[in-house]
Amino acid sequence: MATLHATTVQALQSNKLSLLTTWIESLEASGATRNVKEADLKQQANDFLNTLIAALEQGGSQNVNHENWAETRVLLEKLSHSRALVGQDSQQTASFIFALKGPLFALLQREYAEQPAQLAEQLWEISELLDALGMHTIRTFQKSRELVIKRQQEELLELSTPVVKLWDGVLALPMIGTLDSQRTQVVMESLLQRIVDTGAEIAIIDITGVPTVDTLVAQHLLKTVTAIRLMGADCIISGVRPQIAQTIVHLGLDLQGVVTKANLADALALSLKRLGVTVTKAV
Amino acid sequence: MTLASNGTHPVLIEQDVVLARQLVRKLAQDCGMRLIDLTKLVTAVSELARNTVVYGGGGYMDWEIVERDLRSGVRLTFRDEGPGIPDIKLAMTDGWTSGGGLGLGLTGAKRLVDEFELDTAPGQGTRVTITRWS
Amino acid sequence: MERIPILQMGEFLLVTIQVDMHDQLALTLQDDLSERINRTSARGVLIDISALDMVDSFIGRMIGTISGLSRIMDAQTVLVGMQPAVAITLVELGMTLPGVATALNVERGMKLLRERVENS
Repeated sequence: MATLHATTVQALQSNKLSLLTTWIESLEASGATRNVKEADLKQQANDFLNTLIAALEQGGSQNVNHENWAETRVLLEKLSHSRALVGQDSQQTASFIFALKGPLFALLQREYAEQPAQLAEQLWEISELLDALGMHTIRTFQKSRELVIKRQQEELLELSTPVVKLWDGVLALPMIGTLDSQRTQVVMESLLQRIVDTGAEIAIIDITGVPTVDTLVAQHLLKTVTAIRLMGADCIISGVRPQIAQTIVHLGLDLQGVVTKANLADALALSLKRLGVTVTKAV
Repeated sequence: MTLASNGTHPVLIEQDVVLARQLVRKLAQDCGMRLIDLTKLVTAVSELARNTVVYGGGGYMDWEIVERDLRSGVRLTFRDEGPGIPDIKLAMTDGWTSGGGLGLGLTGAKRLVDEFELDTAPGQGTRVTITRWS
Repeated sequence: MERIPILQMGEFLLVTIQVDMHDQLALTLQDDLSERINRTSARGVLIDISALDMVDSFIGRMIGTISGLSRIMDAQTVLVGMQPAVAITLVELGMTLPGVATALNVERGMKLLRERVENS
């Protein structure tokens, strides 16, 4: 494999400023600068050119996975991560690299005007290099996006599962909407943790807002009840709809030892009774 | 899938079961595994390592940190040169035991991990491979 | 030889398990406890496992056995402090420890133990 000539690297170095200007112009023209501050863009473009030239000056490998390119790779990873956060798509992010091709090719054409064979070779090399760097940017962009999505999913899960304190020693978990197995698991885990944190003796799982349950979810519910008992607290399930009761019986799940109440109020009344609390109307 | 690191841990005597648990706990922590998943994995290790000592007459636990997509995980293989298991179907039944246990070792361990593979034949020893993703 | 200490508080025995137990240690504890219940005529046993980050089927079985043994010897057993992750794992493993009384912490456990002894 041919390498980039010292002349090419030299040309890059001495024309850095004009290269930077035309590159940023073409970036702006392509719309790849949306949501990116101008100062940041200039800084990033400048840093990239510096690490690119530094890596090329070290000579040796043009394989972007080589350690000479570590600094450039880190720079691009940071860049694509920040682009993902401001909501750019992968095309806009990758344009950062690909928009450099035009200005670079023009530069090389001037530099090697008299040597067409050399020009073709160097164009090919620099093009390969930029493609590899561009691909790296897209890959890390994708990874960053997936992380953002994963975090948002987790946040949503936690938001949709509030554990509330009803009374000193009584926690309630009002579940709303369709339960899938993953959500049930997360909710149940947070309920168990809250029991330890608060020292609550009784936990009420209210499923009034749950239209249906499938086998897996029903099993998760029962496992949670058992786990709560093992930890030394009691669990009451309230608001079991007729359809859900039918499902549970139909599935042959054993509800023995599970206390159920028609609604949350009844469950609270039972909890207070167990705690030895009586509620009376004043006057 | 890429391999980040791996090793082998002897599971010859009872004390090795405790050491295997501690090693796997460390590996799972390094993978950033959630406490609940970590606890399940370590418990599965305890069951399988005990089987290796008690029924397999001792053996080894091969461990590796595996990565797939954005997730990392712990993969473990328990292997012994013991008598093997004649009836896999029976051994994978809840509550069935050939020894004095509760019969929850193999089936219980299977429920605690994401991937479970059992390779055994009479006189050929036993290999159990489990994976738990973080 | 390595042993889990058993403390005596009046008519109750208190065991706090703080080490990662190997099987022999668990069996020794089981023997020691039944011997102590017999010798001291203890009425209750409190087992604190809040420091345990794992309970497998062997330790689970030991707890069940201690509970059963003590009942025959006219003592009540209360298990306290099981961590959420441990509880979820035990249930997944298929061990629900039926018949073993539980409480959130030592204080609640002592209260429950007194109630159970009074009623027995």
